[in-house]
Amino acid sequence: MVPNDNSKASGIQIQKIDDLTIEHIAKLARLKIDNSQIHEFSDQLSKVLNYFEQIAKVDTTGVEPMVTPTEIEEVWRDDVVSHDFTAEEMTGNAPSKMGNLFKVPPVV
Amino acid sequence: MDLLNASMADMREAIIDKKIKCVEVSKFFLDRIDKLDKKLNSYITLNEKCLAEAARIDEKIQKSESVGLLAGIPFGIKDMLCTKDLKTTAGSKILDNFVPPYDSTVVARLKNAGAIVLGKLNQDEFAMGSSNETSFFGPCRNPWNLDCVPGGSSGGSAVAQAARLAAGTIGTDTGGSIRQPASFCGIVGVKPTYGRVSRYGIVAYASSLDQAGPMVSNVEDAALVLEVICGKDSKDSTTSQRAVPNFYKNLNSNIKGMKIGVLKEAMGSNGMNEDVALARDQAHEELKKMGAEIIEVSIPLTAQSIPMYYLIAASEASSNLARYDGVKYGFRKEFKNLEAMSLDDFYSETRGEGFGTEVKRRIIIGTYCLSSGYYDAFYNKASQVRRLLTQQYLEAFKKCDVILSPVTSAPAFKIGERVADPLAMYLNDIFTTSTNLAGLPGMSVPFRISKQGLPIGIQLTGGHFEEQSMLNVAAALEAVNGLKGVHPNV
Repeated sequence: MVPNDNSKASGIQIQKIDDLTIEHIAKLARLKIDNSQIHEFSDQLSKVLNYFEQIAKVDTTGVEPMVTPTEIEEVWRDDVVSHDFTAEEMTGNAPSKMGNLFKVPPVV
Repeated sequence: MDLLNASMADMREAIIDKKIKCVEVSKFFLDRIDKLDKKLNSYITLNEKCLAEAARIDEKIQKSESVGLLAGIPFGIKDMLCTKDLKTTAGSKILDNFVPPYDSTVVARLKNAGAIVLGKLNQDEFAMGSSNETSFFGPCRNPWNLDCVPGGSSGGSAVAQAARLAAGTIGTDTGGSIRQPASFCGIVGVKPTYGRVSRYGIVAYASSLDQAGPMVSNVEDAALVLEVICGKDSKDSTTSQRAVPNFYKNLNSNIKGMKIGVLKEAMGSNGMNEDVALARDQAHEELKKMGAEIIEVSIPLTAQSIPMYYLIAASEASSNLARYDGVKYGFRKEFKNLEAMSLDDFYSETRGEGFGTEVKRRIIIGTYCLSSGYYDAFYNKASQVRRLLTQQYLEAFKKCDVILSPVTSAPAFKIGERVADPLAMYLNDIFTTSTNLAGLPGMSVPFRISKQGLPIGIQLTGGHFEEQSMLNVAAALEAVNGLKGVHPNV
């Protein structure tokens, strides 16, 4: 999978999404996709991404991207500590814990 | 008291006047759930404390203490909203055991107003779907025809309301997930302006699109619930400072002189079910008869709103769903030897097993669209087109007060009919996604029943923060829809 450099020129140019691409993206997303599903995904996703090509045709010269649909307001609050929850409440759903510490595989 | 047909205001009045107890009202709906929900599958979890909570409201009334606007009214809550100490799953295996230590703001406000939570309602997994078929807890069935989908993603809410297994329900809408199931099940569903209702405590799907709203039996109930749940929340900085109007008190079905924009892109009969086209045309006629002016408006980017929506929503979802990693809460896969695992495999395997297929599909789409080399071409580009779409709406609202269109191009389809083809499923949303992209308020009001006996709603879209005009036109259509007392035969 080679990233496309023409993105600025004409918008989206869709690469065919092959099985290798799905595996790469799945790795980025830390998401295991079963071997049996990889091919089904690459087919479906190729169709979906092709469909996105309609957006590429729209002229967006000089248009600011819109990331939130209504008025952006600056929100301030006083820097005051509040105690909304206890540690016990926050670790109450832990799949595996020791005291109030979450048990995980070695990180280092 | 006819609890099956009473409005929330009437129910509350009877409770305050001590003509009926809250416990009795809640029991009525619990009995209906017990009798009917096995075949409908609208509830995932029931609140075992609800009768105790109802009794507490009764006690307050006995002591003549003040109670809120929704005192004693039993609600079903879509399982996307956190409820303190009550399992909240978002329709997913990955949250199947999650019990929130807090209430979402919407639920807190409902409870503050005296509402009773009966239970949590079924939905498409992480709100990704238009049929409730992606739920880990199984599909739920349209009470008008059990072989048909109720729509989605707020399928459980629509079913529970249509079959009167609650007096009111709450859904969420990211691309049509309140309006489409409301239309498929013959109830009123409102998606407020983005920023009206706090998203604090609502499982995030697409943060620039999500809004919660009422799915109820009539327009006046919708107005009442909106008054309770809308308003600035310090815990959600995307909520608006704007004051919440008295939607309920100001509800007025006299729409003489109002300008109704009819969507050009939804006219004609190309690809539209003939009963839906007829309902749309009849709605125009009825509004004209009532003295409204019908004007044609055009949103040329309507067709592009589906790819725009799926691209933006999937991208935002891929980021929002990164938190489900099996570490602090939710499903964690059983590993034989935790100490021998790599962290990446730990995440990958847990997420691979915890998420369903449609969710995985959208995470992959979103991750691809945001990945290095593609971000500008996909997410950024779609966000630019999103601004153009919004500008088209702003232009249209210079000419009219409210825009009218169908909700979907056909009534409810059969369970299993569209699951195999994701793209066919996505095309359901052609008339609803643009509303979320532009942040506008939108709603569905029941209007007709098709020849096959399936409900058809009419969609109304208002200008930003103009829910009142939208509700008023809905009230006008409701008054002439001839559907009062018409219920599904469950």
